[in-house]
Amino acid sequence: MSVELDVFVGNTTIMDEEVYQLWLDGYTVNDAVKVRMEGGVMDECEASKDVLLSDTMDQYRTFQMCERLLHSPAKLANQLLFQIPPHRQIMLIERYYAFDDTFVREVLGKKLSKGTKKDLDDISAKTGVTLKSCRRQFDNFKRVFKVVEELKGPLVENIRQHFLLSDKLARDYAAIVFFANNRFETGKRKLQYLSFQDFAFCAGQLISNWTVGAVGESSIDPSYNMVEDMDVDLDKEFLQELKELKILITDKDLLDQHKSLVCTALRGKTKVFPEMETSFKNLSRGLINIAAKLTNTKDVRDFFIDLVEKFIEPCRSDRWTAADMKLYLTHYTNSAHILDTFKHQVVWDRYMGVVKSCIFKMYHD
Amino acid sequence: MPGKLKAKIVAGRHLPVMDRASDLTDAFVEVKFGNTTFKTDVCPKSLNPQWNSEWFKFEVDDEDLQDEPLQITVLDHDTYSANDAIGKVYIDIDPLLYSEAASVISGWFPIYDTIHGIRGEINVIVKVELFNDLNRFRQSSCGVKFFCTTCIPQCYRATLVHGFVEELVVNEDPEYQWIDRIRTPRASNEARQRLISLMSGELQRKIGLKVLEMGGNAVVGYLQCFDLEGESGLVVRAIGTACTLDKLSSGSAPNTNTHMHPNTAPASNACNSPSKDGKESPLAHGCRSTHNSPVHSVCSSQRLSQNFSVSVPTLIFTGMGSGGSAGKEAGPLRTLLRQQTQTALEQREFPFFTLTSFPPGFLLHVGGVVSARSVKLLDRIHNPDEPETRDAWWEEIRQEIKSHARALGCHAVVGYSESTSICEEVCILSASGTAAILNPRYMREGCLDIGCTDHRFEDPSPPSCGFCHIPYDELNMPFPAQLTYCYHCRRQKVPDVLFTTIDLPSEAAVAGKGCLIQARLCRLKKKAQGETNATAISNLLPFMEYELHTQLMNKLKLRSMNALFGLHIQISVGENMLLGLASATGVYLTALPAPGGIQIAGKTPGDLSNEHISSIQKRINDTIAVNKELYQINPPELAEEGVGSPIPEPRHRSRLFRSHSESSDELSELDLSHGKKDAFVLEIDDTDAVEDIHSLLIDAPPPTGFYSCNTENMPGISNWTSGVQMFTSVRVLRLSNANLTNQGLNKIFTDLCENLLKSFYFKLRSMIPCCLCHLNFTVAVPEEELIQVTVTAVAMTYDKEQTQEKTAEKPVNKGSLEAEEQLQFPLELCADSSSSNIQTASKISGVAESTNISPRAASVDYGSFADRCSTWLELLRLKAHTIRRGSVKTISSLERCSPLQEGRSRSLRSSRSFGGSSVTVVKMTPLSFLPGIRIIKYLGIINMFFIRETTSLREEGGVSGFLHSFIAEVFAMVRAHVAALGGNAVVSYSMKECVFMENPNKNQAQCLINVSGDAVICISETDQESSASTANTGQTGGGGTDGAT
Repeated sequence: MSVELDVFVGNTTIMDEEVYQLWLDGYTVNDAVKVRMEGGVMDECEASKDVLLSDTMDQYRTFQMCERLLHSPAKLANQLLFQIPPHRQIMLIERYYAFDDTFVREVLGKKLSKGTKKDLDDISAKTGVTLKSCRRQFDNFKRVFKVVEELKGPLVENIRQHFLLSDKLARDYAAIVFFANNRFETGKRKLQYLSFQDFAFCAGQLISNWTVGAVGESSIDPSYNMVEDMDVDLDKEFLQELKELKILITDKDLLDQHKSLVCTALRGKTKVFPEMETSFKNLSRGLINIAAKLTNTKDVRDFFIDLVEKFIEPCRSDRWTAADMKLYLTHYTNSAHILDTFKHQVVWDRYMGVVKSCIFKMYHD
Repeated sequence: MPGKLKAKIVAGRHLPVMDRASDLTDAFVEVKFGNTTFKTDVCPKSLNPQWNSEWFKFEVDDEDLQDEPLQITVLDHDTYSANDAIGKVYIDIDPLLYSEAASVISGWFPIYDTIHGIRGEINVIVKVELFNDLNRFRQSSCGVKFFCTTCIPQCYRATLVHGFVEELVVNEDPEYQWIDRIRTPRASNEARQRLISLMSGELQRKIGLKVLEMGGNAVVGYLQCFDLEGESGLVVRAIGTACTLDKLSSGSAPNTNTHMHPNTAPASNACNSPSKDGKESPLAHGCRSTHNSPVHSVCSSQRLSQNFSVSVPTLIFTGMGSGGSAGKEAGPLRTLLRQQTQTALEQREFPFFTLTSFPPGFLLHVGGVVSARSVKLLDRIHNPDEPETRDAWWEEIRQEIKSHARALGCHAVVGYSESTSICEEVCILSASGTAAILNPRYMREGCLDIGCTDHRFEDPSPPSCGFCHIPYDELNMPFPAQLTYCYHCRRQKVPDVLFTTIDLPSEAAVAGKGCLIQARLCRLKKKAQGETNATAISNLLPFMEYELHTQLMNKLKLRSMNALFGLHIQISVGENMLLGLASATGVYLTALPAPGGIQIAGKTPGDLSNEHISSIQKRINDTIAVNKELYQINPPELAEEGVGSPIPEPRHRSRLFRSHSESSDELSELDLSHGKKDAFVLEIDDTDAVEDIHSLLIDAPPPTGFYSCNTENMPGISNWTSGVQMFTSVRVLRLSNANLTNQGLNKIFTDLCENLLKSFYFKLRSMIPCCLCHLNFTVAVPEEELIQVTVTAVAMTYDKEQTQEKTAEKPVNKGSLEAEEQLQFPLELCADSSSSNIQTASKISGVAESTNISPRAASVDYGSFADRCSTWLELLRLKAHTIRRGSVKTISSLERCSPLQEGRSRSLRSSRSFGGSSVTVVKMTPLSFLPGIRIIKYLGIINMFFIRETTSLREEGGVSGFLHSFIAEVFAMVRAHVAALGGNAVVSYSMKECVFMENPNKNQAQCLINVSGDAVICISETDQESSASTANTGQTGGGGTDGAT
């Protein structure tokens, strides 16, 4: 005696958020039933294991049927097959596109290709996220990437409109797309201490300040707003201009002048002033060399590792506090404005603004 | 040229990719009606094509308009090979043919393919221009309205109820022909879908013609069914109640009358003659049975003309009259009344009504359930135009029902329905209904002027208990029965238990809440062919019916209730077994005596297992006590009785005497001789009986916060809030063990049903407090070792707080007061008075708030079944079935009062608004109403038939995945059609058929589903005040031609 067929279909599609999460997390039906039993749902309605199994199966089927629609969320609102109240639709989409920070950290900056997909089982083993869930998350990244690749206009807005995601999630996806497109290196051991949210913040800074779109926003020309990939690629012109900043380290006078201005401002304000004074030239060289090299794609990829190696690590070994860091970078940036012979104030601000906030974000244990 | 049909193809969306190379589709559309076909241009390389076609015009007869659906086929253009079909849409244009319903069909329809399911959507606009004048119009029955709803639809008033209409059409099943050759699934499925669509159209038109002949304009309680007879063909049959309906404007007067139209069929003398009765075998008191000669071959030689038929003994479950004392005062009046009614009704061939709920005052008395079954051998239907055999079969059954009703002293059958179960060449035809006496006022023609006072004079019984009073002659009882004086009015006799197929009347006085009661039974039978098989089945049927009723009765007693409503017994036949499932809603009617307990007795007085028996007895008593608590059955006087004790005997006996006055003395004396009068006795005479008792106790009560019923209204709950969830669930069980016993099978089947209920409770737990209403179970034996159970129901939330409040302030003596108030508007026969919607009634009639709290009048007798069973017992003793005797517990009238149905007035809190999403939200419910929502317009009947097939079962997620998506697709298509008609809800929705076949080895499966319901526009009651004016203008604007208002 066995149940051959067992279905339950509601006019309004019944979905349990807990089961949905288990499905998203890649649990098998049996594992999901175990988790639910442990969660005490059985006591709620005098249910037995069979009831739970039947319910879980029904819901899993429903989710599988919905999955096709979730791939293009706009369809969910005007499809006829499932009658789902709008707030539930939003929940379904938001949860489907949610991802594990530990997982995304592993693929951040990697090419979203078949090759990477093959490595997912390793990532699954490493992060403890089930392979099924890894695949869903990876496919989501890839899908969003493919769609926005072909769209014009602002990145975050495109993602939000096309996938009906919340602002926060859309920004995270923008970061993922941005990293994947520029192939930023994030996997090196020295970068391991950084979380996805650290990178997402930095990506946000880069997108809103260093891309073509960033200029477009400030410019009056509306046609500028519609450049392809405007938020995904860095502004080439700007990168070129960054080379001009080299003068700050190549011109001996300028370098000394800059150093003295900064030191004057910092003296007595921090315990680590002696260390700051001695390492000023090294640090300044580090930051400006990073700027000057960004025209090479290879060096763009190493942007974060360079920031850590050339700046964050030396500071950390000198035991700077975050407040020290803030103080130092503020004066370092501002002092450059006072240098009479330094003519590249706009480029300097655009560069240092981003670098400063990135370093603030990245300067932790 | 009576009509012009116009269709415009606007656009498509979400089309499937038909060209792998380009990942796109070159779609075009064929629009076909009758033999005329139009095509749109090809819209190249698009999954969201915009055709924006011209108007395709079809000039057609209105007869075709009724029969044919508009066929829309979406295809992918292919330059080199044949065009690929993407899918089809069938649009039933019937709703456009009544002037006051929908004026245009416009919207997105799912494109459906029988192999691939839904493949995108297409936007279509359809209009009909009728040129004909009214006379011409009438000849084709266009304009007759159809309603699935089994009560007078909301926003209508019935001026006349004409009576029963039936029709059937037959055809060859195209599927069967295809099998002979190499079957092409898509072609044969589509041929079948189209044929059935055509046949239902034709059937509806023919029924419509009959209605017009009778002078009506609508069919209410329209029930259409398919019999897939396989080799012998395909039968589509329908029954309904013809009415003349007037559209109700919100301000219409409250005192509008309804009359039964007597001028239908000429008087059939046969009805009065006892010839039919002569055939009845005097088997038992409890059983009215007819045995036709078991086998009669009309023409002996030819296989095809073989006509085999077995009419199975049938039970009538009714309360039978005892002493004639009741006639004292009311007697002469009642006799007069009965004569009047009878003359009117007896003129009809079949005084049957498919309605299940009635306006107050319509039902006078209810006799009990009458049913008839007949086993037939199927034959090829030779001449589809003259389906005489099928007609004759049903005629025979209906005659039997009629004679059963007559034996109960009733002249009408209400809540009438028919069904079949087919396995290979054997077919069981079943019909059942509730014998009743209707108010003669509704039978007379041209008596619109008869007012309320007349009514009051004619029928002295208060509406809250009048239904329960026995309709038959106490001096001439068909069976011995336990009668007592009505616990309400003390003037007339009532039976101890009442079984009916109708809904609980709105004015009936009940105590506590109702609950779903099911009896389940499996019986193995030997595999056999032809007549042997049919005989074997017909021999089993009476035993099954008997046992089902034993179970029902036991479970009713166990819940401390005394009446069943909405009783539906389904017997399903398979190759090696018969399945029986009886579902009903139990309730405690305060007019009837309190049920006695259940007493366990050993076979012999000195039975050894006394300890065992007493432990069982204790469990039963505990269960009864728990159930009383659970269903809040506490008529005040029961307190003194002591809950646990199943009736202290001597005291009770004296009471029995007291209430059974005069002529009934003899009877009670007789009854007493049986001993143990008060309690229902279960005798344990073998292990089977023990099993039975155990299974009795298995039924788990629903978890806290849940109630369930299978009727339109949940007795004891009326303050619904807006939460509504309709669902369909299908479960198929494979019996792996080849040598199962009856007991083992019973256990499996019972567990299957119980587990289904448990699953529902669990799934719907977020809706607590909630009630599962209209739980409709259908069983089938699709293959030798498979049992299929299909359930459709609706879960509705209610306001618990309010319920408790009302319970607390439950007025003790309000019954008579209510009755008085009730009488002011007894004649209103509009949907709003159909118990579910009393709130609206008051709004319409402008009556004081107090009328909202009207007691429900219940009715229908199940007479003292137990005593009748004692005769059965003799017959069945050899079979060692459970033995029961029942009796009445009597309580003096002074102690008795009528606890009112609590909280009639409905919560108006719900305020769900439609819209928001681009897809219209369409609510669906098997009930005739939606809580907190008022139906302002009926758009027409939805009657759809779909076939789905797959040759990649595993890839579609196995059988469950396949059926899950199919049911979801069916829902989606129903919703889309309703939305296209401009509606936002389906009421009286039902899934009539769900035939599932699989062949896992070939990775194939096929499923047929037939659904129906009424498409409606409704508005939230909270919006009602504000939108009343707009609704009014809408109504009058739409209903220009019917001068009803």
